[in-house]
Amino acid sequence: MKELRLMKGNEAIAEAAIRAGADGYFGYPITPQSEVLEYLMAQKPHERTGMVVLQAESEVAAINMVYGGASCGKKVMTSSSSPGISLKMEGISYMAGAELPGLIVNVTRGGPGLGTIQPSQSDYFQATKGGGHGDYRLIVLAPASVQETYDFVKLSFDLAFKYRNPVMILTDGIIGQMMEKVELGDQIPRSTREEIIKACPWATTGKTPDRQRSVITSLDLDSNKQEKHVLKLGAKYDKMEQDEVRFEKINCDDAEYIFVAFGSSARICQKSIEIGRAKGIKVGLIRPITLFPFPKKPIAEIANKVKGILTVEMNLGQMIEDVRLAVNGKVKVEHYGRTGGIIPTPEEVLIALEQKIIGG
Amino acid sequence: MTREEIIKKENIVYRKTPLFTDKPLSYCPGCGHGTVHRLILETIEEMGITSQTIGVAPVGCAVLAYEFMDIDMMQAAHGRAPALATAVKRLNPDQFVFTYQGDGDLAAIGTCETIHACNRGENFTMIFINNGIYGMTGGQMAPTTLPGMKSSTSPYGRDVKMMGNPLKITELIAQLPGTYFVTRQAVHTPAAVRKCKKAIRKAFENQKLDKGISFVEVVSNCNSGWKMTPVQANKWMEENMFPFYPLGDIKVPKE
Repeated sequence: MKELRLMKGNEAIAEAAIRAGADGYFGYPITPQSEVLEYLMAQKPHERTGMVVLQAESEVAAINMVYGGASCGKKVMTSSSSPGISLKMEGISYMAGAELPGLIVNVTRGGPGLGTIQPSQSDYFQATKGGGHGDYRLIVLAPASVQETYDFVKLSFDLAFKYRNPVMILTDGIIGQMMEKVELGDQIPRSTREEIIKACPWATTGKTPDRQRSVITSLDLDSNKQEKHVLKLGAKYDKMEQDEVRFEKINCDDAEYIFVAFGSSARICQKSIEIGRAKGIKVGLIRPITLFPFPKKPIAEIANKVKGILTVEMNLGQMIEDVRLAVNGKVKVEHYGRTGGIIPTPEEVLIALEQKIIGG
Repeated sequence: MTREEIIKKENIVYRKTPLFTDKPLSYCPGCGHGTVHRLILETIEEMGITSQTIGVAPVGCAVLAYEFMDIDMMQAAHGRAPALATAVKRLNPDQFVFTYQGDGDLAAIGTCETIHACNRGENFTMIFINNGIYGMTGGQMAPTTLPGMKSSTSPYGRDVKMMGNPLKITELIAQLPGTYFVTRQAVHTPAAVRKCKKAIRKAFENQKLDKGISFVEVVSNCNSGWKMTPVQANKWMEENMFPFYPLGDIKVPKE
């Protein structure tokens, strides 16, 4: 029997964390994602599964609590929104350097600075191009519905442990706040100490006589060793690009024009496609689900078949750089976006396609 | 008497705890860090809690503490050790968890994490080495640098009007309801070492009680940063640091 519930995106993140068998959540209030922490506290996960939930004194402390928990091989996460995610960047870089699994959710709002509490997608660069210091990558998942938001929590933990790397869910204030039907999964039990020791021999679980000590660090003062470490990280990111690309194609088979959009913008583009096709415009959508690794190949392939591509993003044009790299000049690529918390309408997206691509 | 006759278990007056790795300490000769490392490791050995102990190293001179301690350890970003330890202890309440931090780490960049971990009453041990200077980066002014004290960023002495006052963080956190045991020690004489070890042992034992933070400050020297010989540095510490940072228990649990 399916368990269906009407939930906000933020509530879905919290419920998914409990059901994925998460060991810990460490957060700090910020609009528009505070419901994650509120929902968790109301659910008493320490009684449901033994999960630890703590309101930290800052975003900085919260991500470092995630670092500490992850060092012990625990399934831990934090969530925040853009200004808070900026504060977490130090910790995220350290986690990537120390090869720690963990989940960071960004329910994006408009920036820069304190910006606005309204939705935005202007943290694409931060999520996919670094954000923190050093050569590192996060796997970045961009859900386009509350159901996907729910599903991606478990997926993120699986990927984080598979690669010993932090994973980010990059969603936005629309998906965080809107309510949709969600099919919930079964409760996955939290890992036992024995299971963690077996699955994460690198973790700091307490040194026993049968093994070397475990050390979690991102530091190596020997340049040769540090380079070797960074190259190892690089090989891991290459493997992600090879094996973890996820995307969705909608109405692409006969398309003459293509939208490339992720998350909420992709939902808006679906409506634009409906309206456009009713007018005789053959337009389709490629929706990157992983923003890193980016679906370069499907975009490069479709560039051979279509007359033009419009990226639709709630920002000044960020993902368009990756789309243009993939297209490599084969076809015209333009951007349409709104900022400051304004959500584009399907009609204006279609007008942009007509003006910038079809008529341009 | 032959060599074999001398090397007998009953003749041992001192030994290196096996919890020290064989890596030579990177600390300057005369520095107190090595002694405090030893006291922590001896405590862990004597309590028989090696497999239950997780340490958190700082950024600072002790950034490589995990190279010398043969226990499971993690290295925190600058100042964040109490945040790491908070999660480690809450997720592993049966483990013994400690942080090891210097004055810049604990009382400047990490003040927020320090105060909130102490105020929440987290159940781990904090070891705080206060030598009044940033040692690793080459002797800059620390939050604990004394008024008038010279450093590379207060080359004419700390002018409190211009550079602010030294922070007595230990007295400050002792005021918080979440701290259970707060003490200030030193390791410059054999007697001080013995007292300090007792304090560290108590700070670890307290974790069994789940009553909050046990905090051991060790006022220590930095002969390199202070530009003195080790002997001069210890004398200077006694004459200048101890009057400002008096040794002794600051908060003791009611028995």
